[in-house]
Order: sequence, then C-alpha cells, then structure tokens
Amino acid sequence: MINNYVFRKVKNRLFFVLCLACVVIAVIPLLSILYEVVSRGAPFLSLQFLTNDALHGGIGPAIQGTLILIGLTSLIGIPVGILSGVYLAEFGDNKYASFLRAINDVLTEFPSIVVGITAYSVVVIGLIGSYSPIAGAVALSIMLVPIVARTTDESLKLVPNSVREASLALGIRKWKTTLRIVVPAAKSGVITGILLATARIAGETAPILLTILGSNYFFQGFRSPMDALPLRIFRDARWDNPRVQAEAWGVALILILIVLSLNIGVRLAARGRFKR
Amino acid sequence: MTSNSANIKKAKVESSSSGVKMQTINLNAWFGTKQALKDINVSFKTNAVTAIIGPSGCGKSTLIRCLNRMHELVPDSRFSGQVFLDGENVYAPGVDPVMIRRRVGMVFQKPNPFPTMSIYDNVAAGLKLTGARKGRDLDKVVRWSLEQATLWDEVKDDLKKAGTSISGGQQQRLCIARAIALQPEVILMDEPCSALDPIATAKIEELIVKLKEEYTVVIVTHNMQQAARVSDFTAFLYLGQLIEYGHTSAVFENPKNELTEKYITGKFG
Repeated sequence: MINNYVFRKVKNRLFFVLCLACVVIAVIPLLSILYEVVSRGAPFLSLQFLTNDALHGGIGPAIQGTLILIGLTSLIGIPVGILSGVYLAEFGDNKYASFLRAINDVLTEFPSIVVGITAYSVVVIGLIGSYSPIAGAVALSIMLVPIVARTTDESLKLVPNSVREASLALGIRKWKTTLRIVVPAAKSGVITGILLATARIAGETAPILLTILGSNYFFQGFRSPMDALPLRIFRDARWDNPRVQAEAWGVALILILIVLSLNIGVRLAARGRFKR
Repeated sequence: MTSNSANIKKAKVESSSSGVKMQTINLNAWFGTKQALKDINVSFKTNAVTAIIGPSGCGKSTLIRCLNRMHELVPDSRFSGQVFLDGENVYAPGVDPVMIRRRVGMVFQKPNPFPTMSIYDNVAAGLKLTGARKGRDLDKVVRWSLEQATLWDEVKDDLKKAGTSISGGQQQRLCIARAIALQPEVILMDEPCSALDPIATAKIEELIVKLKEEYTVVIVTHNMQQAARVSDFTAFLYLGQLIEYGHTSAVFENPKNELTEKYITGKFG
C-alpha cells in the first residue's frame, strides 16, 4: 500500500519535472538567439546605419521597404482576412463553409516559396512586368489572409450567442449586429490574430525574394525592385566578407525590434475602454 | 381549413373590438423533428400582463420566440400557423421580421448587455443601429428609458461605465431599458428573474406591473408565485400544448383542468 502510494507520488512529481524540462528545452534556443542577436547586433546601431542607403553603409532602404510591405499587405490582407473570418463564423453554417475552412487551413500551412513563385509568375511577369512592391504585398497577403481569417473565425465563435440574440431581438439587422456588436466583442482575439500574422509575414523571405528582389536604394516606385530586412540579412550573410556578415546581426536586431514594437503599439492602441 | 379561416376572421374581429394585441392561430413549432408546440391558440390583451407557466421543456420560451420571429433563427427550426399583431399576420409573406422585432421587444433569461458598450451606449444602441435615431435627442431617450426601467437614479453618475460592470439585477433592468428605448408595443420577457436574487426580483416585478400601463407584456416564468403576483392573465402549457388560459385569479383559484391544478399545487413540475 505504502509503496504504491509513494510510487504514485513519484510519478506525479516525475510528470511535473518532465513538463518543466521540456519548457526549458523549448526556451533555451529562443533566449540564446535573442542574446546572440542583441549582443552581436547592438554594436552596429547608429543613426548612419539606420538611415543611409546600402552604398553608404546603411540599411535605410531595407527598413523602409519592410515598413512599406507591412503597410501594403495590411491594406490588402486584413480586410479580406477579417471578412472571410466573419463569413465562416457568422454565415458558415453550410457545407461550402466547411470546405472553405479546410482549404483555409491548408493555405495557412502552405510553403511560402510556392506562394512566392505564384506571385512571381502571375504578378511580376504577368500583370506588372517587373519586380514590384505590389507583387511582394500580394504574395505576403496570400500568407496573411488565412491566418487572420482563421483567428477571426475562432474568436467570433467565442462570442456567446446571447449577445447576437440581444441585438437581433432589438430589430438590428444581421450585418450591423455582426459588425457593430459581435466583431467588437471579439476584438482582442481578432487583433491578436492580425499581430501574429503581421509578425509572421514581416520575417518572410522566400515570397519577397521572387517578387521585390532586393535593392541598394530607397523606394523607387511601384515598378522597381525594393529592399526589405529579411532580404538584406540574406544578402549580408552570403557576402564573403566577415565585416558584412557580422552586419547581418544588426539587421536582424532591427527586424526583431520592428516586429516587437508593432506588437506592443497595436496592443496599446487597441486597448478598449473596458478591459475584459 | 374552414375552421382555420374562421379563426383568422375571429382574430381580426377580436383585435379591433376587445383589445387583443397579439394572437396565435394553430401555432406549431418544431426543432428538427421534435415538435415543441402543438396547435396553440392564445391571445394577449393590450395593456395587460400575460404569464406563460408550465414545467421545463413545455415550450414556454418557444412560444414567445415565435411572437417576435426569433424562433426561426435557430438552425433546423420550423414553424406553421399564424401570429397576429394588431390583426396583421407577422408571418405573412413580405413581412420583414426585423420590423416585427422593433415593435415586439424582448428581455432574456440571463441579463445580456452588450459587452463592449457603456451603460449609455447599451440603451442607445437600438436607436443608433436601427436608424430610428432620426430627429430624436439621444440623451433624452436614454434618460427616459432608464427612468422607465427604474434604473436612472442608480446609474446616472456612471453612464460611461461598462454595461457589464453593474449588478445582475441592474443589468437586467438595463436590458429592459434597452428594449423600451425603441418604444416597442409589446415586451416579451423570458424568465427575466431566474438569474436574480429575491430583492432584484422584487424590483423587476414592480417594474413589470408598471410597464403594462404603456405596453403589452408577455412573461414566461417557472415561478408560479411570480405569475400570480404580476399577471392579469395566465396560460398554462404542458408538453407543447395549451392546457388552460384565463384570468390569473381564475386559473390559480379555480383551475378547470386537472393538470393545471396538479401543477399549481406542486404535484409535478
């Protein structure tokens, strides 16, 4: 009896230790990457580094390009993503929607290089005829939409039905109920999804490699190549010069800082009057 | 079919002569294959409180949800029969359910203020989002509605606070204020006190009696004392059928049906 009891207690303890060990294993690479990026990247930070173009030892074009890409992609992708999610959650009580939901899940996991090639052949070669920031934004939107749609779908489904009924019973039409009552109630979930998706696309390399190419110069119009931080890291790291290679850490630090500040900024701005 | 058309004629006559605000004719309702209501014929008098009583699952809520066409929002639900509001069939082809819901307000079992809105916005939401706001002073309507719901004095300094920050009883009165802000003709209440404590319940009951001066009230309740206290007429439902309907005093003191008597005296339920 006693032995059995001790054994069960030990098992319980063991399980806890195992879980803790796994967390530590998961966190070690993350922290060490952060440490490496900060310690190796920080020495590069200077006003010149941040604002000059590539010919004058700076990464200004890459920062500008990444911000333009995030902006354009959000402009295209967020409305489409949110409304798709609204369709799935609020009007998705049929077999087409479950089919769409399955497709959407596949798209979420789609290899980004395939998206890049598609955008390259359709937009770069077909529609525009040159490398273009728009082609990059289209490719990134294809990656962003399924993530936003899925998180929107899931957070709308968490809004209790009694809230919808309260609104409909007042004689408020379905679309207004959805946009003014249900979506605001799911706001924090929707915003989290947007942040996740934006952070994801800000670091994507494959789709933009084939669509905006990379550049040493600042933005030169919608029919010219453009730079972005992941592309600059890629180019710097392949350079046969230790000094330029090391510079990639500085670029990586900026990329991480942009994603982080975007995250915090949007969270602060979206904080409602009533915390839930 | 002939008896049906005779019933409809009767409905039109009754609504014009004897103050019937709403009436159902051969009302049937289903969820999937399960029939929830069977041939209900009942009327609701103007400026009176009608209580619908009966054991759980007897179709009380389904009945009132048929009155403002909320029943059809449930997936797989079906419906047959007629419901008259001032002699007009609310299920007639071409009738917009949204317009019916503006005339027939509803208060639910659990208080359900809009979670992202302040007290003020909760009351104003109906006006703002239905476009009924035109030419009306929002502040005045909000104040008037909250006064009608006897909530004004308790919240007048906190109108900016979240609608969900007040107590359950206050939230339920907020929901009543939200419903009357649209000045409906009928107010349906689906067990409005079942989630509330006795003091909050007493306040709502007082309010219900006051509301009938201006509105027609239909209240579903599983609390027979409550039905006896607040209602003028009582309908007793059992297994989806209307067993008895009449003046509340008659139903409670002198039930005609054996089932009604058994239910009222607590022999089942």
